[in-house]
Amino acid sequence: MSRNLFVALAAVLALGLSACKDDKASMEAKPAELVVVSWGGAYSASQQSAYHTPYMEKYPQVTIVNDDSSNEAVPKLRAMNEAGNVTWDLVDVVAADAIRACDDGLALEIDVDDTLAKAPDGTKASADFGDLLVSPCFIPQIVYSTTFGYRTDLVKEPMTDLCDIFDLARFPGKRSLEKQPINNLEWALLCDGVDADDIYNVLGTKEGVERALKKLDTIKSEIIWWSKGAETPQRLADGEVVAGSTYNGRLFSLIEEKKQPVAMLWDWQIFDLDGWIVPKGISDEQLEAVKHYLYFATDTQRLADQAKYISYGPARSSSAPLVGKHADLGIDMAPHMPTDPNNAKNVLLFNFDFWGDKRDEIDEQFQAWLSR
Amino acid sequence: MSSPSPHFVSFEHVQKSYDGETLVVEDFDLAIERGEFLTLLGPSGSGKTTCLLMLAGFETPSAGQIRLDGKVLDNIPPHQRDIGLVFQNYALFPHMTVAENLAFPLKVRKLDKATIAQKVGDALAMVRLQGFEHRRPGQLSGGQQQRVAVARALIFDPKILLMDEPLSALDKNLRDQMQIEIRELHRTLGITVVYVTHDQSEAMTMSSRIVVFDEGTVQQVAVPSELYEKPQNAFVAQFVGENNCLQGTVERTQGKTCSVRLTSGENIEAENVDNNAKGKHVLVSLRPERVRLAANSADLKHCQNKVQGKLQEKIFLGDHMRARFFACDKEGFVVNLPNKEGIEHVKVAKEGQDMAIGWRTEDCRALGLPKPA
Amino acid sequence: MSSTTTFQLLTADGRALKAVLKKHKARRKRKAFLLVTPLLAFVIVGFCLPILDMLRRSTNNHIVEKTLPRTVLALKEWDAGGTTLPNEPAFASLAQDLVIAQHHRRATQLGQRLNYEFSGLASLFRRSGRHMEELVNEVRSTRGSYKETLIAFDARWGETDSWRVLKRFSDTLVADYYWAALDMRRDLRSNEVSLRPSKERIYLRLFGRTVVISLGITLATLLLGFPLALWIARLPSGQGNLLLVMVLLPFWTSLLVRTTSWIVLLQQQGVINDLLVAVGILSEEGRLRMIYNTTGTVIAMTHILLPFMVLPLYSVMKTISPSYMRAAVSLGAHPISAFWKVYFPSTVPGIGAGAIMVFILSIGYYITPELVGGRTGVFISNRIAYHISSSLNWGLAAALGVALLGFVIAIYWLYDKIVGIDNIRLG
Repeated sequence: MSRNLFVALAAVLALGLSACKDDKASMEAKPAELVVVSWGGAYSASQQSAYHTPYMEKYPQVTIVNDDSSNEAVPKLRAMNEAGNVTWDLVDVVAADAIRACDDGLALEIDVDDTLAKAPDGTKASADFGDLLVSPCFIPQIVYSTTFGYRTDLVKEPMTDLCDIFDLARFPGKRSLEKQPINNLEWALLCDGVDADDIYNVLGTKEGVERALKKLDTIKSEIIWWSKGAETPQRLADGEVVAGSTYNGRLFSLIEEKKQPVAMLWDWQIFDLDGWIVPKGISDEQLEAVKHYLYFATDTQRLADQAKYISYGPARSSSAPLVGKHADLGIDMAPHMPTDPNNAKNVLLFNFDFWGDKRDEIDEQFQAWLSR
Repeated sequence: MSSPSPHFVSFEHVQKSYDGETLVVEDFDLAIERGEFLTLLGPSGSGKTTCLLMLAGFETPSAGQIRLDGKVLDNIPPHQRDIGLVFQNYALFPHMTVAENLAFPLKVRKLDKATIAQKVGDALAMVRLQGFEHRRPGQLSGGQQQRVAVARALIFDPKILLMDEPLSALDKNLRDQMQIEIRELHRTLGITVVYVTHDQSEAMTMSSRIVVFDEGTVQQVAVPSELYEKPQNAFVAQFVGENNCLQGTVERTQGKTCSVRLTSGENIEAENVDNNAKGKHVLVSLRPERVRLAANSADLKHCQNKVQGKLQEKIFLGDHMRARFFACDKEGFVVNLPNKEGIEHVKVAKEGQDMAIGWRTEDCRALGLPKPA
Repeated sequence: MSSTTTFQLLTADGRALKAVLKKHKARRKRKAFLLVTPLLAFVIVGFCLPILDMLRRSTNNHIVEKTLPRTVLALKEWDAGGTTLPNEPAFASLAQDLVIAQHHRRATQLGQRLNYEFSGLASLFRRSGRHMEELVNEVRSTRGSYKETLIAFDARWGETDSWRVLKRFSDTLVADYYWAALDMRRDLRSNEVSLRPSKERIYLRLFGRTVVISLGITLATLLLGFPLALWIARLPSGQGNLLLVMVLLPFWTSLLVRTTSWIVLLQQQGVINDLLVAVGILSEEGRLRMIYNTTGTVIAMTHILLPFMVLPLYSVMKTISPSYMRAAVSLGAHPISAFWKVYFPSTVPGIGAGAIMVFILSIGYYITPELVGGRTGVFISNRIAYHISSSLNWGLAAALGVALLGFVIAIYWLYDKIVGIDNIRLG
């Protein structure tokens, strides 16, 4: 009896939940044109396949226009804001930029529970995203990582440890590193014997930064610096470098799609988030349309769908079990996710607070070191 | 080496072709004597400038030889030929002052400073440009620039001075003045000058001898008066000075003269220049100032040739009077009459009036035509 | 004389001719002006205004006064040179200001601005802004002290340096961006400006490097471009024009593509190195590093900027009559000496125009050095771009821009002094 009651309750609950969900989704979208800003390339393509196309099929009265300006989204938003003419409706940015835009008053604060869908089991959106809601303006989409790939044919033994990057004796050759202090300094300190928990305390002082730079000095002559995400994959493919850091999705595409002799070095990958912000200054109608789109595009299934096209982990914990196979290659995507337990034995999470405060100062120190 | 030529400059069977097909200069033979002022005269493209450039060394003859002062020039590069050259656009170096321009040929000859200063001063005095030494060419008038150019070409005492249409960029008054100055310089310095121009009056004014060019061949070489009075062929007659040209056929010849039936039907007596045989097509050339006019032909004494003409237009030009007739089937038969007593009847003549036109046998020359026109 | 002044010419309909002519002239002037108006407007909007805006940004600092007006007033009397903290009213004003600022979402913005001057203020303002309302309520309910409450909330409010920054940047007009752009620092306490230790200098080093590499590029374009222009100028105009089009060919492909092809050619596993290794000139280990350094920047930019040298050189050479050379040779100069003494000086206006154009263009170049410059071949403009798009420190970017502009004007002035600007000719 009690058991039956439970089943019934569950059914009612489920019905109620789905009704509640349908209530929101069935709200018909008004005709609109949405300008969605993202990174271009494979990443925009994955969003097109997972979000835009299904949404436009369901609501043909809405048109989504892509703009590949994410790498300079914040300065452009600032310029639009100053000119009082905001032409973007939704912008895909990394978490640090989202925090920045939010602080600068360029993005709207969004109440996720009010705006976004619940998890299929009824968990509130805020709980489903959990700690990844790093800014009140930010709706996370994916977890990506910055990590290393190396040429399997140019090394005598596989690289398994982050500190192999700093070991020129065992692994001679050029390394491709990003031309910024973030990530590089953390890695340098980790390989200089600093405990992971202690890294930001050490980096908080000038001496700590010097210590990290000194460690980088040991491989400085062998570093080729990159500023665009495509550079490391290109250099790896050309054999110009033996190893290099970049976003894990780029390496996935290099290894699995382009079949290059490259392997992942997941050790001490650094997690970062990417997601949506809504620019401040858009009209109420546009805002309505954006929210309607966001409700659709950030639900559990949609986020899991994106992983079919690119190897970034969905930001909702409820999406993880739904990650399936790659849309074209048919391979299981789970082992390629940065969040896969096998890959995530040693990880750092991008420290937004620390870099928010210290980035300018440390960058100056880093640049001075670079130009020496 | 062939036997030394007795002449100062000699062109011997010189030919020049740029493309290997057409000859710009055909078999050019010319001897120039020391101290001469020789002008190469001809329309543009006639080959006169090419001859000058070959002498200066900027073009190489395709065949033949050029000698200067007894030496064959073929293997002497232009900068060692010691030839002064004056260009149409003056070619003064724009980044140098007048004095620096003048000193240039002396500096490359490594003369000492004092000598250079001395010579530059003398040269400036020669062309009356003292006080202009620190000006740039751009700050001088055209005439002044030309004087500097001449002074620069003379300052290193070249063996010979070549001038390539040096006055053509100047206006008429200045040109007349410069003609006199250049002639003056030639006379005082006694230097040999080879002068190129397409302006026949300039050639007449300046030269001691003129070479007339057309289509790469020499048409006539003569002193100015002879060239004017006794043109050797139809081209020279038409190119040098003003001329009435009448076409006709030789009827008969007697000694130095011949009788020509003009295409318009009249018979006239003319000097037979080329020994034209009977039946030959000729061009009879007649200088406008040698023609006389009268109300009727009886008044034309001493004139072997008389024709009737209709006055089309008369122009009073001060020192002379110019009348244009329709005569011998030809529009624009020109008559020039000096403004002196005895032309009153022309002064009062009305346009459209018939008049008698006459001239003497020795004033008109029957010149052979290359082909019947 | 007097008759001419009293006499007035009239037009057929009786108006004063002088006035009519004047009117006519004025109308023609207006018409001529109308023709250039679009360009003028374009120059003002596209060139003058941005430069003025840049000047404004590089010194403008209204944000503190606007966001914290009460605090600014309260800090007037406080001695920033001392070691004591501001008094209670200053803390109270700050709390009040921050509550309002947070309401308008301006507290974090201010934190960002001040963080350029003093690391850590971004998070201090973000945290404080978020919680200030609670703190104020707490003080009000407990009748406590703002000073103690704030310091208890975040110890950084108890550091005099945080307050010194606030007071310093209460000024609406500051030169600090310029000090930073020139690698100088103003001491928070003594207000003294001093040069940073050489180990920490960035911008002076970058300015210096930018100038040196740009000079190298200018020289390289001159060495390559001069013979090329000479050759083209001497060809018959048909062939010459064809070759000029070839010179311009690089402009037909995108800058990015050209730069990327240099990467393919020059990298250590690139075409040139492969070729040299295959031929046996280089050993496998001895592959040359020709890219991601100064060499790469010089090579790629020389290629890109070569047309800017060739074109003015060509057009000047085209106007130099061959009779100059002939004149010099006829005057007894050896052809080589005639070339150096007569022909070459005549090309100086073209060299000047080309050199100034290449130099000024390369000094402001950014995309190519970014891609091929690696560590040692990047320019000051790359830092400006960084501050525009990454650090968002537009004030510093503007100050660097103004410094660069000033430098270019100085070069121009110097050139005018030494060579004379009227000596520049584009044809």
